[in-house]
Amino acid sequence: MKGQLVIEAKNLTKRFGKQLVFKDVNFKINDGEFISLVGPNGSGKTTLVKIIMGMEKKTDGELLMDKSQTVGYVPQFRNVDLDYPLDIESFVRLNLKFTMNPKKRAENNVIIKQILEKTRLTHLRKRPLGLASGGEKQKAYLAQALLNDPQILILDESTASLDVEVKMQLMDLVQELNQKYNLTVIFITHDYDLTKKYTHRALFFENNTIKPISVDEISEAMFE
Amino acid sequence: MFGYEFMREAFIASTFIAITAGLVGVFVVSRNMSFLSHTLSEIGFAGASFGILIGISPLAGMILFTMVSSVAVGSLSSESSRREASISAISSLFIGLGILFLSLSSESSSYATNILFGSIVGISSKEVHQLMILALVVIVIFIVFYKPLAFDSFDHIGARSAGLPTRMLSIAFLVTLALSVSIGAQIVGSLLVFILLTLPGATAKYLVHSVPKLIMVSVGLSLAGVWLGLYLAFVTNWPVTFFISAFEVIAYFLGLTYKNWKLNH
Repeated sequence: MKGQLVIEAKNLTKRFGKQLVFKDVNFKINDGEFISLVGPNGSGKTTLVKIIMGMEKKTDGELLMDKSQTVGYVPQFRNVDLDYPLDIESFVRLNLKFTMNPKKRAENNVIIKQILEKTRLTHLRKRPLGLASGGEKQKAYLAQALLNDPQILILDESTASLDVEVKMQLMDLVQELNQKYNLTVIFITHDYDLTKKYTHRALFFENNTIKPISVDEISEAMFE
Repeated sequence: MFGYEFMREAFIASTFIAITAGLVGVFVVSRNMSFLSHTLSEIGFAGASFGILIGISPLAGMILFTMVSSVAVGSLSSESSRREASISAISSLFIGLGILFLSLSSESSSYATNILFGSIVGISSKEVHQLMILALVVIVIFIVFYKPLAFDSFDHIGARSAGLPTRMLSIAFLVTLALSVSIGAQIVGSLLVFILLTLPGATAKYLVHSVPKLIMVSVGLSLAGVWLGLYLAFVTNWPVTFFISAFEVIAYFLGLTYKNWKLNH
């Protein structure tokens, strides 16, 4: 339900050995929010996301999550070179569950069709991913992450290497998914303009703390 | 040609080998493990010599050595740069060991030639059955793990992000790779088994763009190479490995040319 609490951190602390990443952090993320994670490199944005995903363990405190929520994650780096063999549709399909049941297979085909339409990839579905443009690749990564119908979508610097126009197209698409399907979006970024334009508020990472701030409080200095 | 029992056996055995190698090869290529499969062949040579030395079958020796070393390489080094270096080191050691084991055993050097370069005449029906069972083991493992293995092989980062047990998958894959090397070496020899494990998979990637199609083309090329190789070897009395490698290399370059042509049109 829109506005309902989906993630809550209570005195959350993370250390790698002796190195402190963040300490006693408190924040809430609500259903249907479009929230950005901003702050310098190495301040713990990806680490927090990994804790949310269950890929990294917290050191102390609590991270409460609504168990009914599933997470789709679009990671920062991908190994896709020019010779990458799969076309866009086959790449998206990798995230499907295996089934021999003909009925389920037919359902899967419908899901794939819908996801490709949602992400405006239908006409590009047979293009080898290695030959796709940066924006098309990001859309394919997004489509794959959306395949199992997650309620929370995490984008890890997905716009970093794109042209301004392509960035906007991708963000417009994410915004549409956020508004139309009430998808909660967590957006790790170093882009001031995109943060201002698209997100509702931000978590600001600095000096081993994470501070929830409103969109008005977001300043260019935070991205330097 | 099929009037000779050894040719019938060779055809059956090589059919199973080609299917296994073609299937596994798609994943070898997508996981960038061509170099490891080459090294495993050398390790297989040492394993076979070890088998001869201690009086077990060369195939059993090969399976033992390739399995232990592939799992060791896989768990020692997940970083690909470090993996290359440790593979080179391990490879050199095993070639040396293979030669040592052979010289310690009383077998003649023709035995070494058979292990290294393969032989179609030496295969008995018992060995054919062993190969068939091992090939079926590999195929069954692939069917069971197909979806997660394909995800991990074609998009490792995505698979890890989706919460797949990528380390376990990697080890399962290395075990099947070790088995495939041991099986393939029986026909094309341990030095050239990596032809079947890499080239058909690499060629397929220039021609088709989905996982099932890659597997079909790779298995098809592998079968075509092995069958044609056996036929030509029978007719000409030249080594089967020569024909297989020539066919697969030509297919690879044709595939590459086709891809470049398609890019420009």
